[in-house]
Amino acid sequence: MVGSLILLWPLLVATEFRPLQLFDAQSREPTLRFLATMVPPAIHSDFLQLVIRESWRTVAIATAGIALALLVALPATLVSVRVLSVSALSGRMSPAAFLLRQGVRWVLILLRSVPELIWALVFVRVVGLGPTAGVLAIALTYGGMLGKVYAEILESGDPTVAQTLLRNGSSRLQAFFYGVLPQNAAELTSYTVYRWECAIRSSVVLGFVGAGGLGQQLDSSMKMFAGGEVSTLLLVFILLVGIADFVSSWLRRQLG
Amino acid sequence: MSSAKITFQPAANRPYRLPPPLSGARHTAVWFSLGLLCLVSASFISLDLQWSAFFSAQAVGGMGRFIGEFYPPDLSPAFTSKLLYASIETLAMSALGTLLAAIAGLALALPASRMHTSDAAWLRTPTRLLLNALRSIPELVWAALLLISAGLGPFAGTLALACHTSGVLGRLYAEAIENAPPGPAYALRTQGLGGARVFLYATLPQILPQIISYTLYRWENNIRAAAVLGVVGAGGLGQLLAFHMGLFQMAKTASILGAMVLLVVLVDALSYGLRRMMTR
Repeated sequence: MVGSLILLWPLLVATEFRPLQLFDAQSREPTLRFLATMVPPAIHSDFLQLVIRESWRTVAIATAGIALALLVALPATLVSVRVLSVSALSGRMSPAAFLLRQGVRWVLILLRSVPELIWALVFVRVVGLGPTAGVLAIALTYGGMLGKVYAEILESGDPTVAQTLLRNGSSRLQAFFYGVLPQNAAELTSYTVYRWECAIRSSVVLGFVGAGGLGQQLDSSMKMFAGGEVSTLLLVFILLVGIADFVSSWLRRQLG
Repeated sequence: MSSAKITFQPAANRPYRLPPPLSGARHTAVWFSLGLLCLVSASFISLDLQWSAFFSAQAVGGMGRFIGEFYPPDLSPAFTSKLLYASIETLAMSALGTLLAAIAGLALALPASRMHTSDAAWLRTPTRLLLNALRSIPELVWAALLLISAGLGPFAGTLALACHTSGVLGRLYAEAIENAPPGPAYALRTQGLGGARVFLYATLPQILPQIISYTLYRWENNIRAAAVLGVVGAGGLGQLLAFHMGLFQMAKTASILGAMVLLVVLVDALSYGLRRMMTR
């Protein structure tokens, strides 16, 4: 008991953990006022129209981002996957090929390690406020993620078919399309659909730094302390995530 | 009696045969691809993306200047110690947030799961709805909401992580409780033990490894999330980033970005190494 308290104490200090602060008069009043304004959600028609438009934009940013991410991920996967190495058929992979594959892999890991919010912050500086920054941010982060996982999925499959094809003189692309892709296609598609669902969730968050969609609307409603609008947006957001969840699990069941 | 005459009559109905499937696999694949194509093209058309602005000479030059200003990153001792403190703050936020979420998640998982087949579990549906609501609002949105009552700083971030993660963990724990082998719990219940003791002595010991691994997995996720939470003002490295980027201090921004990537890569490598060590 004492030991765990000693362990916990630095955490409490570092995070400025003061629960009582939530209940003192200074923060209680604005909180209660905000909660009170949330109760009838705003449902007048022009606001609802705006919400529907922004929800579509959120989905569109995620979809366009994933489409561009595939443009990054597919070539990177083709280059970096070890099963398609010709020199590895006879013992070790040649050093140049190994360096190329490892280099592409490191680039993918780097793309993936920078959170999409940071990419969005940087791109908002360059291209200005709007969906372009969000699409680019999703494209880069998810490109890295998809590329890395695609390569792992392809390498976890049975390599004999592709190796036999390569040994008998097929090109790498032929070996990919006839040897590697058929046995892994369902898993690849299912992972892509799952990532699309994740992208919808993160495109809402990207709106907070000005990349368009529901998040931007939520941010501005919150800054105006318009509680009714905030609660409508939160409900719509929960609904959207629920629908994406449902569609993605249904699609994955169909593919599986 | 005359000799029995066996007559074969034709069946009243034709033999039962399944109709051919209305849509073959190919059919479905074509519809899927068409739908996908429509969705993607509608997205690109409706978004009015400014590629021309992005690839114009001016934007490319701006991008170049922007990246050029990153170099050299600010590595002065004063700023590095500030970075170190922010990284520790980020780690502390994620650890405390996960701990709070584990406690709240377990507390919510109990009413959200059906302990045995004759358990009425009245609270199961409402608690699951609550867990879903907690889970589907991302950490960053929670942080922005909690700023109103918790004020700027790491406290809001910790609470935000705790809110989102307790939704995730609560659901995972509830699944673990419902999927635990029912034998030991049944044996204790037939001896007349109450619900609390049955849970503590039969169910919990069986699901403890799963609970621990889920919690550690979420902690890893939360370190990554805590690094960026501060962008809305909720403490850690992100708050430092938003502050210095807002002031256009690019040298400092560069070293903060470096610290973030380093933190994420370290956590990834550590968890990868640990998992390999444990599965070997």
